[in-house]
Amino acid sequence: MALLQIAEPGMSAAPHQHRLAVGIDLGTTNSLVATVRSALAVVLNDENGRSLLPSVVRYRADGVDVGCHAVHAQATDPQNTIVSVKRFMGRGLPDIADAAHMPYHFVDEPGMVQISTVAGVKSPVEISAEILKVLRQRAEKSLGGELVGAVITVPAYFDDAQRQATKDAARLAGINVLRLLNEPTAAAVAYGLDNGSEGVFAVFDLGGGTFDISILKLSRGVFEVLSTNGDSALGGDDFDHRIYCWILEQAGLSGLNHKDVRLLQSHARAAKEVLTEHEEAAITAVLSTGETVDLTLNTEVFASITKSLVSKTLAPTRKALRDAGLTVEEVKGVVMVGGSTRMPIIQHAVGEFFAQEPLNNLDPDKVVALGAAIQANVLAGNRSEDDWLLLDVIPLSLGLETMGGLVEKVVMRNSTIPVARAQEFTTYKDGQTAMSIHVVQGERELVSDCRSLAKFELRGIPPMVAGAARIRVTFQVDADGLLSVMAREQSTGVESSVTVKPSYGLSDEQITQMLQASHTHAKDDMLARALQEARVEGGRLIEAVEAALEEDAHLLKEGESDKIAARIDALHEAIKGDDHRLVTQALEALNHATESFAARRMDASVNKALTGQKLEELEN
Amino acid sequence: MGITMTEQAAKHVSNFLTKRGKGVGLRLGVRTSGCSGMAYTIEFADEIGADDLQFDSHGVKVLIDAKSLPYLDGTELDYTREGLNEGFKFNNPNVKNACGCGESFNV
Repeated sequence: MALLQIAEPGMSAAPHQHRLAVGIDLGTTNSLVATVRSALAVVLNDENGRSLLPSVVRYRADGVDVGCHAVHAQATDPQNTIVSVKRFMGRGLPDIADAAHMPYHFVDEPGMVQISTVAGVKSPVEISAEILKVLRQRAEKSLGGELVGAVITVPAYFDDAQRQATKDAARLAGINVLRLLNEPTAAAVAYGLDNGSEGVFAVFDLGGGTFDISILKLSRGVFEVLSTNGDSALGGDDFDHRIYCWILEQAGLSGLNHKDVRLLQSHARAAKEVLTEHEEAAITAVLSTGETVDLTLNTEVFASITKSLVSKTLAPTRKALRDAGLTVEEVKGVVMVGGSTRMPIIQHAVGEFFAQEPLNNLDPDKVVALGAAIQANVLAGNRSEDDWLLLDVIPLSLGLETMGGLVEKVVMRNSTIPVARAQEFTTYKDGQTAMSIHVVQGERELVSDCRSLAKFELRGIPPMVAGAARIRVTFQVDADGLLSVMAREQSTGVESSVTVKPSYGLSDEQITQMLQASHTHAKDDMLARALQEARVEGGRLIEAVEAALEEDAHLLKEGESDKIAARIDALHEAIKGDDHRLVTQALEALNHATESFAARRMDASVNKALTGQKLEELEN
Repeated sequence: MGITMTEQAAKHVSNFLTKRGKGVGLRLGVRTSGCSGMAYTIEFADEIGADDLQFDSHGVKVLIDAKSLPYLDGTELDYTREGLNEGFKFNNPNVKNACGCGESFNV
């Protein structure tokens, strides 16, 4: 019979409708899958009791190996054994700095690099999907049913292309992605920080080959990533290498063959792990040459040979704090992630830096997957509504239309919700008493290329000269993704607002298309914006000059009037054309022609204001 | 009669309760649904209801509402492992036939 798990009160699922959901930590070096069983987040092991699945995929002519089997092929079949595929996700060949030093046959494809293997050309998405498939099978065997979905974690700094690639890989593996979650956020969730008090937290993630530091801010149950920093080429492997070099130096070895290098490397790693629990580690090995190595490494020596590595983690940490505009005292808690944070020297350095004990009672290798599982359990509907936690970002920027059909972005894409942003706008014409507010969504510069969400009007603006009114427009997106826009004239307090649901009806494909369009049309958009801006500016100038001519025609000198009129006509003509440079030129010409007229107007108005007043009165 | 738990099951329940941080015990029940008529429910209990029957098994409180008892009387709850999967299992003497997976049953 089926094996049952304990549900939350009133949350029992109907038979055969268990909402099985998992969290997946798709890591650079290792991947894990976790779930919530009877209210407890646990990592799921494979048949051999191993929780970590090495993120290594080996393609054979007649099949694929993933994990431990593939790891062993790394040395014998490097071209077809792909390690750290995460570094290639959503990346083009030019983005991969050390491609020349890798054993793979890269194929430069537009969008994302591909790798030619014995089983054909494979994209990073397909390779990642192989890892995800294994995790999915493990999960379904462990949970006894099909998954409704998964939360997959990604580094906080992943851009849209990398996130999309991760989603695509999941889809290819037959996994429904409930949500992508930032790795540091997942770690914080695993520690239950989301249920606690608000504040700033640091997540210190030192893995096998990468180091990431993230500064998170928790407010109203939502984590916002304030800043990230790190070193993509710093990790536990570097500590192993330092020990390896120390062994060579102490034993006076050089010119080793591959086999001996690997032997000593694995001894170095083992010694590092021993030093986590003990004061000393014995290193004894017999090389293929018959030479023997017999050394003892103590924590003191280890600390001194790795001192520079430890300080290499603190520099980005300092930077991340500075970017977030925070000081060490403002950090309420520090979460440790990644197996390398087990090293006492790291624990000590981090504790000293932040002047507090870091959180480390959860397994640092598993903490991200556990957090993802907790989030997946909530999203799959296994917890009651009031436990709902939402960590989401805005897929496309939100903004409004300004003069000339241009878009002014107010809330930028990828902002975490809930979010509120305000910006001040002003009137374009003298005596303007109403303003039409057009809310749009998209990355393009012109309103016509974006998606229109809503239009509303703000009336009752007191008549003022153009540019004097201050209209504050506030965009607010609540935790459910609901957008409300409010416009308020600051001097009178008149206001008007509208509520829309921005992501409604937009599929992932549409969002991707809109993003792609914004990339391919980047240059056109820039020119179009420049033209529109010049046109708006030109129109504004003509209006101002005409108003001045009407008011102070008597200040004109002979011939000046015709000259100005001719320049106005020229500017009108240029505005009709589509070269922004011509508009700017005509605009400058008109400005130039009216310069002395404007100076005389200024003098006249100053005279008028000063006439009949005593110096003493002015001084007051 | 009543409801009992194996030592293994009780150990897991009390572990889950501790980790969860709240709850007075375990609530078992049946409800009508599923392919063979009745289905088991197994939930954490945060409070004891007025018409709840209580059984104590290896130090863990098991609650069951009076209406569900006839269907479950004499049941022993077990915790087992099948391959990678693990979880609770009802050994219910009242069951006449169950659906293939055993998740729903008939008395």
